[in-house]
Amino acid sequence: MKFEKKAENEYLLDVKGYVCPHPQIYTKKALEKLEPGDVLEVVFDNPSSGESISTMCDITGNEIVGRSQEGAQCNWNIQKA
Amino acid sequence: MSSATNVETIALPGAEANAVPRKNVLWAYGIVGMFALISLGTFAYNEYYTYLSVYLWFGFIYGVCLQYGRFCFSSAFRDLFAVGVPRMAVGIMIATVLFALVGAFVTATGLSTFHPAPTSFHAVVAGFIFGVGMVFAGGCASGSLYKAGEGNGVAVIVILSISVTQAIFADVGGWTNRLVPQAWHESALSKGLPEVINVGDGWVDQYLAGYVWNQPVTTYAQIMGWSNESVAGAFLGNLMIGVVIPATALLAIVYVFWSRRGFKNKRVKAGGQARFTFKDELAGYWTMIMASKRTAIAGLVLGIAAGLHMFVIQGLRVKFGVKNAGTLLERMGFDFGISVNGTVFDPGYWYVTTQEAQWVGWVFQKLGSEKMDNIYFGFVNGIPNPAINPADWMSLALIGGAAVMALLHNEFKFKKPTWELATWAIIGGALMGIGSRLGLGCNVGAFFVRVSQGDPSGWLFGLGMIGGAYIGVKFFNWWTERKMAKEFASCDF
Repeated sequence: MKFEKKAENEYLLDVKGYVCPHPQIYTKKALEKLEPGDVLEVVFDNPSSGESISTMCDITGNEIVGRSQEGAQCNWNIQKA
Repeated sequence: MSSATNVETIALPGAEANAVPRKNVLWAYGIVGMFALISLGTFAYNEYYTYLSVYLWFGFIYGVCLQYGRFCFSSAFRDLFAVGVPRMAVGIMIATVLFALVGAFVTATGLSTFHPAPTSFHAVVAGFIFGVGMVFAGGCASGSLYKAGEGNGVAVIVILSISVTQAIFADVGGWTNRLVPQAWHESALSKGLPEVINVGDGWVDQYLAGYVWNQPVTTYAQIMGWSNESVAGAFLGNLMIGVVIPATALLAIVYVFWSRRGFKNKRVKAGGQARFTFKDELAGYWTMIMASKRTAIAGLVLGIAAGLHMFVIQGLRVKFGVKNAGTLLERMGFDFGISVNGTVFDPGYWYVTTQEAQWVGWVFQKLGSEKMDNIYFGFVNGIPNPAINPADWMSLALIGGAAVMALLHNEFKFKKPTWELATWAIIGGALMGIGSRLGLGCNVGAFFVRVSQGDPSGWLFGLGMIGGAYIGVKFFNWWTERKMAKEFASCDF
């Protein structure tokens, strides 16, 4: 697992290789740490975690502003509400 | 088989803008073709193989649905406690109600293959151990199978751990005999089991024959004074009282504690009123149910398929004039690993863990370790060759069905487990194996099937699973907090 600051207000969370529940827990904890408006790029390759992260954002109001997928690897950008 | 650049791709309907490499499609056709060949080839050899093929194709459907809906029982309460997501709790309740509805029709026609299990506190304890295990493992018993179909190496370790642990635990004796209460020992001996089972030796044997078998076996229909096969018993007792009312209530709790606030915030943000009427609450409840269409659709198909599975298997039993697949295997000339009662594991519905224990039991037996002197293998389930074990056909096809879906959605990827995840997988798998044997089933056999068929022990197992999931999440919250703290330290927070 890797978490780092990419630029001002932009962060990266790399949880490739992790299975449930790790990607969604790390995503939740990372988002809790950020300020409103900050963008978190989450990189994961566990399909079921995507479903949970998507629902979690829908409930909390955080917005998924970008999604891309190459093979089984997903890169999602989430903007904190 | 994950996609790469410069690879010929095919745009499949519903594949969500993620082009699928042609080789993925070919692999998917290959898997389906292989299963079709197995079914046709074995049928041409002997029509009794139809029985095994029915298990195979229902297993395939389960795999397709599980992967499509990311349907993992583990995440139902784990994701509620960990990240506040009710998606899977909703999906499981939809599947349970649908399975119960189809099951009620099957039961009312007298063609149900279901037998309720003994009901007592042991189901809660077993569910608790299983619940902790499935959070550690990252997936339940059925979830691990479908994730293995996605190429997930951690899931393969979980399956191995569940399988080996069960085979060892079911036969454990020696010093563990000293932990058996005298009353269990005496009660087990009084059951008059065949000498070959040696019921006075082995912790699980004495737990089963000395304690579990003494517990009441009932259904909600019988509690209400109806027979299971009566219309009132099947539809009012087992379906309405046993499933629909508790499932609706459980989802209402989930809505109030996990979903309502988000729905309200959205309404207010969209210009709606903050004060909710009963109609608004119903709208919020429905929105929660429909929040993940994939999960809801998977739950719907799973529920219907699980009910039809019982119906078709019972139909074949009537056609072939048998009550258990053990008779068919003996007619086909296979007599190795058949239980002392002439039976093999043949639930007649979806099940996961026993066939996993069986193949390891078969390997141990072949290696010279006696595994037929206990109740689990020797008296009830047997340890037939995995190649002709009906339930093993179901599990292998489940993995295949999930692989086909993962390939067609470009989600298949061989993932090598890290040491950290492998450790959790081994611990979690072992706990699930022990929980399964104590509860006489896993999240499918002891929870999903039993709850759906009006067996009160199913809800007790589920209650334990919820408690276990809560403890498992507490542990992982602590674990991930430690790791995140190190990462945060390098940023300017």
